[in-house]
Amino acid sequence: MSPTAALSIVTRGLNLWYGSFQALIDVSIGIRERQITSLIGPSGCGKTTLLRCFNRINERFSYVRTTGEIEVLGQSILAPEVSLIELRKAVGMVFQRPNPLPISVYENVVFGLRVHSRRSELRRSELDQAVETALTEVGLWKDLKDRLGARATTLQLEQQQKLCIARLLPLKPEVILMDEPCSALDVEATRAIEELMFTLRERYTIVIVTHNMAQARRASDECIFMLLGEVVEHSPTADLFLNPRKEKTADYIEGRYG
Amino acid sequence: MDAIAPPVTRFARTPGVARRERLQAVAKWVFFTMALAMIVPLVAIVVYLLVQAAPSLNWEFLVEVPKKGMREGGIWPAFVGTLYLVAISLAIAAPIGVLAAIYLNEYSRESWFNRVINLAVINLAGVPSIVHALFGLGAFVYAARFGYSIISASLTLAIMTLPVIIASTREALASVPMSFREACWNVGATRWQTIRAVVLPNSISGILTGVILQVSRAAGETAPIMFTGAVFFKAVQRGDWFPYRLGDQCMALSMHLYTVSTQVPNVRESIPYATAVVLLGSVLLVNATAIAVRVWLRGRKKW
Repeated sequence: MSPTAALSIVTRGLNLWYGSFQALIDVSIGIRERQITSLIGPSGCGKTTLLRCFNRINERFSYVRTTGEIEVLGQSILAPEVSLIELRKAVGMVFQRPNPLPISVYENVVFGLRVHSRRSELRRSELDQAVETALTEVGLWKDLKDRLGARATTLQLEQQQKLCIARLLPLKPEVILMDEPCSALDVEATRAIEELMFTLRERYTIVIVTHNMAQARRASDECIFMLLGEVVEHSPTADLFLNPRKEKTADYIEGRYG
Repeated sequence: MDAIAPPVTRFARTPGVARRERLQAVAKWVFFTMALAMIVPLVAIVVYLLVQAAPSLNWEFLVEVPKKGMREGGIWPAFVGTLYLVAISLAIAAPIGVLAAIYLNEYSRESWFNRVINLAVINLAGVPSIVHALFGLGAFVYAARFGYSIISASLTLAIMTLPVIIASTREALASVPMSFREACWNVGATRWQTIRAVVLPNSISGILTGVILQVSRAAGETAPIMFTGAVFFKAVQRGDWFPYRLGDQCMALSMHLYTVSTQVPNVRESIPYATAVVLLGSVLLVNATAIAVRVWLRGRKKW
């Protein structure tokens, strides 16, 4: 097998402009399959922008221009024949603030299925099964199995965030993108989400943007450190924190700027 | 010498501070008075109207037709005419306005086209009604050959209310949090699926309120209908709900109020006032419905 076989996401010479401002400069990285990769760096370094490239959610702004290549699961996703709908099925995203839809827990979980199927194709029993599987996978089933009809926006924040992860699972995604998923959560909830990430890693490739250096260190296998739109260093987490190759990385993780 | 200096209070009010505090108190009262001044004329108008209209205010006045050259009888043809005009104009303006607003808010990206439309909407909303009247006269009565008719008048009213419906609908759509849309897009929902599943259910109360509030505007305007389809008098059966066809001219409350107050000599004094009360009452009733619908829909959505 070629060495790229184990890579879920590859970018080559990726540049991105917001109007005349270049937010990503010549980004070439490879993100490993079934690993947790953190994108770290100070505010405005382009880490969220990069994350949002991976399912092309950036593109709803007309002033965004992209050049270079992005391959997800071996397919160049900037190719004209790629359907955004199919891409987003395979590459789901979890946001900074939990954003469950203002409908029931049950309907949140099956939302993706409903979106992608005709009404007549969905059987109640399949939907029930999908809800149980997804909620079990994120560890919510025990707490919520009697409250599936509850409005999702009334849950605790931690449960909401887990539900947002569960919402992706019935679509059988390959990659889960997380944009600072714990920044609205307290310590306990953060720990719970991190533990969940470790179990999800067995099945999914996870890319997480985080502001929290300690979280990147605790909860990721590899780290990509970015600065002013460029990738400075991409190493296994332990190496990046213990033996940073670049001086800028060392200065950042020691808190000399940021 | 130092030891006998009197103890100084800290944080004491200096003359400068006292002056600013007085100014602040004055400002508050000025603003309060202005807010109060808003309510006084409203209450005064309503009370004055009701008192003046009292001798004519009864069920008969509503369902009876005008008699003796408007000097006696009721206002049924005008009441039904206004219902027709408002209903038809909204039936035209509401779908166009709401769908256009959905396109502008949910689909169109920032572009020169979008900016031109925005500019057009804002400017149309500011066009005086008499200008709309002239436009309606030229466009619908003459160019489209609808003649002086309910359809011409309704179209004119629709053109007049359209920009406001677009603006209020856009506002209602914009109040739906972006995060809901992102949640949908990220499971691969199309824009239309997103609009149907999330955006519309969460903005429908605002959209409806905006549309219903235009009822009062359409019902109250005189100029646009006077030029295009409303007439001084039309013979109608008492209590008849379907006296007009689309191509007919009709009477209308606002127009009737104008004629009985200024064009007809020796009208019983309470008749114009009673007409005004019916017009105001209908509008308030519609607005109250709008508020009730809003409260009901609000109660069902929570986030």
